[in-house]
Amino acid sequence: MAYIYGMEAVMSAFSSKDIPGSEITPENIYFNRRSLLLGAGAALAASSAARAQEASYAPLPANRNAAFTVDEKLTSFEDVTTYNNFYEFGLGKSDPSVNAPDMKTRPWTVSVEGEVAKPGMFDIETLLKLAPMEERVYRLRCVEAWSMVIPWVGYPLAELMKKVEPTSNAKFVTFETAQDTASMTGLRRNVIDWPYTEGLRIDEAAHPLTLLTFGVYGKVLPNQNGAPLRVVMPWKYGFKSAKSLVRIRFTAEQPTSAWMKSAPNEYGFYANVNPDVPHPRWSQASERRIGEDGFFAPKRKTLPFNGYGDQVASLYSGMDLAKFY
Amino acid sequence: MSDTALPRTAPRRRTGPRLLGLPFGIAWAIAFALGLVPLIRWAVLIATNDLGANPIEFLTRSSGTWALILLLVALAITPLARITKQAGFIRLRRMAGLFAFFYVCLHLMTYVWWDQWFDPVSIAADIWKRPFITVGFAAFLLLVPLALTSTKGWVRRLGGANWQRLHRLVYVIAPLGLLHLWWIKAGKNDFLDAGIFLAVLVVLLSFRIAMRLRSR
Repeated sequence: MAYIYGMEAVMSAFSSKDIPGSEITPENIYFNRRSLLLGAGAALAASSAARAQEASYAPLPANRNAAFTVDEKLTSFEDVTTYNNFYEFGLGKSDPSVNAPDMKTRPWTVSVEGEVAKPGMFDIETLLKLAPMEERVYRLRCVEAWSMVIPWVGYPLAELMKKVEPTSNAKFVTFETAQDTASMTGLRRNVIDWPYTEGLRIDEAAHPLTLLTFGVYGKVLPNQNGAPLRVVMPWKYGFKSAKSLVRIRFTAEQPTSAWMKSAPNEYGFYANVNPDVPHPRWSQASERRIGEDGFFAPKRKTLPFNGYGDQVASLYSGMDLAKFY
Repeated sequence: MSDTALPRTAPRRRTGPRLLGLPFGIAWAIAFALGLVPLIRWAVLIATNDLGANPIEFLTRSSGTWALILLLVALAITPLARITKQAGFIRLRRMAGLFAFFYVCLHLMTYVWWDQWFDPVSIAADIWKRPFITVGFAAFLLLVPLALTSTKGWVRRLGGANWQRLHRLVYVIAPLGLLHLWWIKAGKNDFLDAGIFLAVLVVLLSFRIAMRLRSR
């Protein structure tokens, strides 16, 4: 029976792509080859269920931008959408995938305000059409020493900045996450001082890597991944990449992020991925790639700036990164 | 509804020690099976590929949780025996303590193997630098002599009074284990689980203090 399930998964992997099955190894098989060797047909059945789940999200197709694509194995859609830190929906990793679907993402507006020439309320439909979407495959390094490789869909935050024209006073930007008390049951617990806020220096915000993100895996973002829009900065720990944004504020002063307020000894403003600066409670020298590094492989070495040093190290030249962590 | 009167307490021939009306052997087997439940649950979750995206994190947390639960169970046995007037419970105390040690060992193994990949330098640095690991490791070290001297032979060799004195270390081990959890959870101000453990520990220790005061 398990074998038959497995074959179904194989067939669906073939039919979901317009490439003759004889030419490539379906990713389903490729990703699960260890399970296959172990004869774990259940694994394939599970990924088949994940595939059905994946199909339920509306498509948000975009051409892949090769210049912003790392050549590493993608983390499965299932893991990307069920292993999340989104404390507004609960502290457990699977809580967001269970609780977030109740959040309504339409209508949705984002206030872009502060030190900008053209502030305004931007409707999500407007934002979706503001610039051409592209797919980028980024590494994601969580501060908790695990990592993923994720195909995001969006456009550079710089495109939005061009529209609102930050003034010469604008030195920093703050992102604020929604507080939907109806669906976000996690807001009842004072894990941090809600709302969730994160911030960047203006040159970090304008950096081509900083992606205003609307989709993942060619689909609109599932709520647990920060629908309807979030930011993604792949050279910083994941918590910097604020989700479900309702406000983007440009300021002259450096903002104090929610985590800086909550645990100042653990989290600084920059939060660049840095193997040499340990978290007080664990080392950041290595990381576990979700779905890959497990029982039979050690954790892998963490790279400075999560491997994006060539693009971003110059932003911090002359800074003591052990001090500005 | 029948009014037929049944004898309230059927006379029963006692053939050996009993616990809650069960022959002690059966009670022991039930307790042993309960102690294996976490292990069986992991085996099932591994077999069905249901450990989630980060199986190692799951096993680390789960084994730590069960180690603490079983430590508290071991501490609960004396009060339980007194309150229920079932001396047979005392005979399950060693099993509870050894199960606690078993899950502590599995918890340590997940860390040494899958988190640190047997890197002695990294492990030593971790124990030295990170207080929550320091206290967790200290709790483990203190638990070792208790596990080793859990046999009847060791009780005899040490003498009852010395043995008991040694095993009072559990009053240090349990708070250290709880502090280990507390400091992990402090990062997210998430004290729900740790708070429950603390409440249970306080109740169990208060019971002993009350007993001590009473017996004066």
